[in-house]
Order: sequence, then C-alpha cells, then structure tokens
Amino acid sequence: MAQLSPLERWVLTLLGTIGFFAIWQGVAASGLVSHNALPTPAEVLATAWQLSFEPFAGHTLLQHLAASLGRFAMGFGLAALVGVPLGLAMGRWRLLDDIVSPIFEMLRFVAPLAWVPFAALWFGTGIGGPVMVIFAGALPPCLINAYRGAKLVEPRIVEAAQVLGASGPRIMAEVLLPGSLPSIVAGLRVSAGLAWQSLIGAELIVASAGIGYVMVQAQSNLAPSIVMAGMLAVGVIGLALDVALRRTETLVKARWGQA
Amino acid sequence: MSAPDLSVQRRADAGAPAPPRAARRLPRFGIGRRTLVGALSLLGLLVLWWVLTTGTGLVAPYRFPSPAEFRGALDQFVTDGYAGGTLWVQAWHSTRLVLMGFAVAVVTGVPLGLLMGVSPRAEALLNPAFLLVRPIPPLAWIPLAIVWLGLGDAAKVLVIWFAAFVPSVINTWTGVRGVDRTLIAAARVHGAGSRRLLTEVIIPGALPMIFTGLRLSLQASWTTLVAAELVGAFFGLGRVLDAAYRDINPAMITVAMVAVGILGAATTRLLGEAERRLIPWRS
Repeated sequence: MAQLSPLERWVLTLLGTIGFFAIWQGVAASGLVSHNALPTPAEVLATAWQLSFEPFAGHTLLQHLAASLGRFAMGFGLAALVGVPLGLAMGRWRLLDDIVSPIFEMLRFVAPLAWVPFAALWFGTGIGGPVMVIFAGALPPCLINAYRGAKLVEPRIVEAAQVLGASGPRIMAEVLLPGSLPSIVAGLRVSAGLAWQSLIGAELIVASAGIGYVMVQAQSNLAPSIVMAGMLAVGVIGLALDVALRRTETLVKARWGQA
Repeated sequence: MSAPDLSVQRRADAGAPAPPRAARRLPRFGIGRRTLVGALSLLGLLVLWWVLTTGTGLVAPYRFPSPAEFRGALDQFVTDGYAGGTLWVQAWHSTRLVLMGFAVAVVTGVPLGLLMGVSPRAEALLNPAFLLVRPIPPLAWIPLAIVWLGLGDAAKVLVIWFAAFVPSVINTWTGVRGVDRTLIAAARVHGAGSRRLLTEVIIPGALPMIFTGLRLSLQASWTTLVAAELVGAFFGLGRVLDAAYRDINPAMITVAMVAVGILGAATTRLLGEAERRLIPWRS
C-alpha cells in the first residue's frame, strides 16, 4: 500500500471526476438507454436553471426549496428542543432513564417513514404532517448524544454544584449542557442529515409543495430531467447543511471540548 | 437511525456500582431494578392506551385505535388479508425485497470498499464519484427508479441497493484503513503473499467495521423499502400502510407499523448473531 505522490493523486482524482461525467454522457448519448430515461448532465443543469425561474407544480424551484427548508427547520428545531433536554435529564436522573428507555427503544425500530400515515391523519398534509415525520427521523440522535454527553460529565462537578446549592434546572443548564455540548453538536449533525432525508420521504408521499413534491410530480409526468434536477437540488442543499454543521462542530469542539 | 444504540452504553453502566442514593430509594429485587422499572413503564403505557381510547374515549377512534380495534385489525389481516394479501404474504414480500436489495449491496459494496482501502490508486480514482453521489439521500432515488423501472419489485431492489451500498463501502474502506500497519508489515516479512495478506490479515482486521456498515445498510434498507412502497407499490407492508391511510383505518396502520418494527428488529438481531459467530473475539 504505497503512498501516492500528490501529483499522482491529483491526476487520478481529476480522471475520476471526468470519468464519472464521461460515462454518464456516453451512456445517455449512445442511445443504449432511451433518451427519455436518462438525460445528459448538461440537460439536467439546464433544467435546474430553467426551473429556477419557470414554475413547475405550482411554484418555481426556489419557492419549493424555501417551503422544504421551512418544514426542515421546524421539524429539526422541534427534535432538538425535545431531544436534547430529555436526553440530558435521562443522563442525570436514573429513574427517568429507566422509564423512558424501553419506550424509546421500542419506537426506534419503527422506520420514521412508517409514521407518514399517522402524521397525515393527525396533522394534515400541509406543514404539520411532514414536520412530524421529520421529528420522528431527527429525534433519536439528538436524544442519544445528549444522554451520552451527560453521562460523560464528571460526577464530581455535578456534586460540587449540588453542594453549592444549585437547583436541578440550573445544574442542567449550567453544568450538564456546557459539559456535553461537543457530543450534542455531533448528534445534531447526524440528526440534520436524517431530518433532510425524512423530509424528502414525507414530501414524496404526502405534500402539495416542496422539493420532494416536485420530484414525484415529475415522476408522474415521466420527466427524468426534472427528477434529476430535483435530486441535484436536494444534494446541494444537503451538502450545504452538512458543511455548515461540520464547521459549527469544529468551533464548538475548540471552545468547549474536553480532552 | 444511524446512531449507535443505547444498549451497549447500558451494559457498560451495569458493571459500575449504582449510586447509593438510587439504591436506597428502591429496594433490591431478584431481577434487576432496571428491568422492573422498564416493565412497569411499558405496562403503564398499555394502561394509558386503554384509558385514553376505551376507558374515557379522550382519543377518537379515527385518530388512534383502541386495543380491541387493534386486535380486530390484526385478526382480519391474518385471516382475510388486506390490500391484496394476508399478513404473512405482505410481510414476506417486503422482507424478500429488503434481503435481495441488501444482498446485492453487500456483494457489490464490501469488495469495492476493500479495493478502495487496499489500493490508493483505486481510492483516488473512485472517490470523486462517491463525493458527487453521496449527498443525495437514498430516498431521493425513488422517483427516478420508478421512472426507469415502474412500480414493480425491480425498482424497489434498485433503490434499496443505492441506500445500502454507501454504508457498506464507506465502513469497509474505513475498516481496511484502520488495520494496524505493523501487522501488515509483520505478515509481509513472514512471507505472506497479497492473497493471504488480504484473507488472513486485512479482512479479519476490518471485519468489525464491516459489520457496523452492514448494520447501517440493513436499517437503511428497511427505511427505504417502506418509503418506496408508500410512494407506489402493488404489494408489501408499505402498500398496506398506504391503503389503510386511504381507508382511514388507524387500526390497520398500527398493525402494519408494528409488523415493520418487528421485522426490522428481527433482521437486525439475525445480523448481530452472524457477527457474534464470525468475530467471537470482538465481545
């Protein structure tokens, strides 16, 4: 397993990138598969550009993305607001841990997308339903990482705070939360990825706007270039979210991280 | 879903002495305190379910089924069937697709991960394609798979393959790169050829990470299958969920959700058993 020289690595990476698009272009242009099934990379880009200004399925691509991001923010925010305090409290109080854990473990085996029918029945197909599905997908990493973080906080520090007369909520906010922040932020990053994925699933099944809805409408119109433009948009936003949270994680680790 | 489970953490806790405060609050029983409280908690949930739906009627039947309605739906599903098949037929249909997609992903993903781990050239060449495709969530492939292959089984297997492929490759690759370089050098010095090096040093060394990848792949397979069947299918548990939603039959929705949960748990368990057999030294 000899190491590559930087030049060799750079050339191979470039070759790999070119190869990826060349194979795609080649297969699409060769007529091996019907042109209706696989558009060329340039066509997908052109479609994405065009959809940014011309409405499809009621809105332009940017408006659909805004609708999706709004739902994402609500579902993800709700999961963080519920999951992090609950996880910290479970790490602090054993009894709560013993009560909640079996229920949580049981529910976790149900795939988040299986909540879609109930989400739609309870909260409708507009905003509430998708938000609940996102919540179901995003909650576990928030809760688990907050729990682990709280368990890792030095018990002597908690005891010291208790001796000095800090109340339960103050211990959580001023001792456990800062102590477990690196773990929590790592959980939030995993959680955001799952939330984004659950959002797409929910919008494919029940929604009347959003990027998933665009893709499912394009699928019924047999328009693969629009489907692939949607995939491109989903990928770009997902990547941007991940990069933003990775940055935050590094910053938090540098500021609050323990050895 | 991709987060590791709590149970490992808990087993580690069990070894540590319980804090004296907690021990004083509850007397010790033959079975562990934790098991007892957990069982009571689940029992409490069942009682709460009955009270809310049957005892007081606070939750309307079209929102969530009562225990009796759940039982009725289960009986109907087992004997008469729902959405084109009985419970066993629908459950087997879904499980078979998951196993097929998962198998294809493992058979293609693990060797690719090994190749990328062993050869820096292959890694540099293939990594760009990965970086380009990876940000797209597996569920976003569903519409494209339907455009290409229709609503039948082939589209489901394709989507599950996409979903399960990435964790298999990445974790195998990470596992191979994590193998102790000294071990590889030692095997080389003792005259092991490339082939023996691969089968007797690199693969066993990477096996724990490979299994981590397989577990993530399996979970992704179930999530993706349920989503794909909800988007459009002729059979399967996702199809049952969709039909029950359209009929506003919350009891049947619950039955299908429980079935999906049990199957997911059972297949994960089987994989864990295989892991214990194959890498006894891990535990």
